[in-house]
Amino acid sequence: MAESICRALRDGALEGELAPALTIKDSVASPFALQVFSHVISQLFSSILAGKSQSRGLVVVSFSRSPSFYLDLLKNKGIDVASSNKQIQILDCYSDPLGWKDQLAGSRDFTALSNEALVSSTAIVFREVKHMDKLYNSIIELGKGLVRGGKIRFSIAIDSVDEMLRHAPVSSVARLLSNLRSHDQISSLFWLLHSDLHEARVSAVLEYLSSIVASLEPSHQLANGQRGDLENFKHNSKKGKFHVRFKKRNGRVRVMSEEVQIEQSGINFTSLPPEGAINQGLVPKVQFSLQLSEKERIDKANVVLPFEHQGNGKPIQIYDGRRSLVDSKHERPVAAVENVQTNENCGSGEIIYYRDSDDEMPDSDEDPDDDLDI
Amino acid sequence: MNQRSSNLLDEALGLDQVIEPWPLRGRVVAIEDQVETSGSFVLHHLLKCSLSPNSSNVTIFIAFSEPFSHYDRILRKLGCNLVSQRDNSRFFFFDMLKLQCPDGDEGITPEGGLIALYGKIHKTISALPEICWRNVSIIIDDLSLMEVAANGSSDYVLDFLHYCRTLTSEFDCSLITLNHEDIYSSEDRPTFFIQMEYLADILIKAEPLATGLATDVHGQLTVSNKGRNKVSNFHFKVKENVVECFYPGRSRG
Repeated sequence: MAESICRALRDGALEGELAPALTIKDSVASPFALQVFSHVISQLFSSILAGKSQSRGLVVVSFSRSPSFYLDLLKNKGIDVASSNKQIQILDCYSDPLGWKDQLAGSRDFTALSNEALVSSTAIVFREVKHMDKLYNSIIELGKGLVRGGKIRFSIAIDSVDEMLRHAPVSSVARLLSNLRSHDQISSLFWLLHSDLHEARVSAVLEYLSSIVASLEPSHQLANGQRGDLENFKHNSKKGKFHVRFKKRNGRVRVMSEEVQIEQSGINFTSLPPEGAINQGLVPKVQFSLQLSEKERIDKANVVLPFEHQGNGKPIQIYDGRRSLVDSKHERPVAAVENVQTNENCGSGEIIYYRDSDDEMPDSDEDPDDDLDI
Repeated sequence: MNQRSSNLLDEALGLDQVIEPWPLRGRVVAIEDQVETSGSFVLHHLLKCSLSPNSSNVTIFIAFSEPFSHYDRILRKLGCNLVSQRDNSRFFFFDMLKLQCPDGDEGITPEGGLIALYGKIHKTISALPEICWRNVSIIIDDLSLMEVAANGSSDYVLDFLHYCRTLTSEFDCSLITLNHEDIYSSEDRPTFFIQMEYLADILIKAEPLATGLATDVHGQLTVSNKGRNKVSNFHFKVKENVVECFYPGRSRG
């Protein structure tokens, strides 16, 4: 499923549609969005390098990590960044977001360190994070520099929207993101969000702006203040649930879930067993089974409902409750049930019905409600 | 002092094996305490470790809560002389008790307030020989009083902390902060507090025992080390010149 996210971003935008956008959000209880973000960046960038994606370049807008963090990340994934710096550019909003260093350098003996050669060739320091318009222009300018005009598209990664929201109102951040989505040279974009730093409405605004939402949740809910939580807490520090919501053009929504495991080397996605396991947590504990097993589901699907055979050429028979359609059936109901259970490939199911007593009126053409006075 | 080998706190922080090079370099450490259980002893402990004679660490201490003499007295009990360390240029003490940032947005100028403080820290580090940079610890005691000095503007404090964080990636030094958990109400979003938890690579929580005060156990510490993917939890007792840490139920009292 993590692959399907990467595929959606790689395939990019259709002509005349907005670029696909992905929100990766987490909360303090399961703070792994950065790991997922890093995973998506390295996957997308390697497909850009391989020429498999619609976009030909990647612009990383880094607020919360230094540019060298991303360069090291790609290097660790075996990507030769030095030779590929024609395809990646980093807008560095981390080193000096408010221009303090600039101001200090002007007023007293303040010597800023010069970056390593690699960092300075791929990263450009941006000093006015409070101005979303300037930020937009810088992003587009960097991207255009990468792909050199024309109709060639590029992708954008923003880490993180939280910092943008701290410096500017929601409306201008939303405008920036939606302008980016509708720009005709942008193939895809994704951003990182710590949802518990904001009101619910702010996350909702950002989710409306995105076609895919990936959210991380703790795999064990913590009940506040209990001593027994420690084990769960330890568990949550390594694992989490990963839900992805895809929104199709026509508004159809598909939700998928996976489990993520954080390891020293990176992040691992493992698929959850189908449905049953996901629902397990949601259904209250009851003594009878509410779920169907796979076989029960197949058997259920094989049952021909009374109206289903009508019109297929056979004479229409309406069951009136007194006799079975097939006369001999009621003599061996047990055998019939066994038959269903033992033979997996049996082509048809059946409805077994016993009248409780003779008091029960058989079905007839009479309208039972004809004495109703409406 | 054979305390080092048995100290669970050191173990959780990775300080038990080597302290040269400084294991916390490039990391942000956030200590959170509550009104019943002060976490300042963790700060003193880290200060003592970083000034230990086996290491060449340099500490920059930004004090909003107590004067120099207070820390000097405590550290002396722990076997560390701050005055001589200060004379050796291994301990830089910035007394910020009287800091009052100018009001309003126009007050945020390089001449005053937190920008100037950041400039001072930056200048101190860059004046050190390059080989020392990665052994510098910046300690802030404490963030809530810094917020008071900044006229309650938590955004300004977060900006300052962001710049301090850039120091950790620029010089590979470490940043250690103390903050109080219970002064942020749970109703309106404790954004500042959560933001700190996101920033921290290592989070140390000091909490009272759920069962209340006890003579043999003063509280419990939970250390979550994001880098090493490890969470440890243990009880502690603060003694006159040492802190005892032990697993629940192993108190020697």
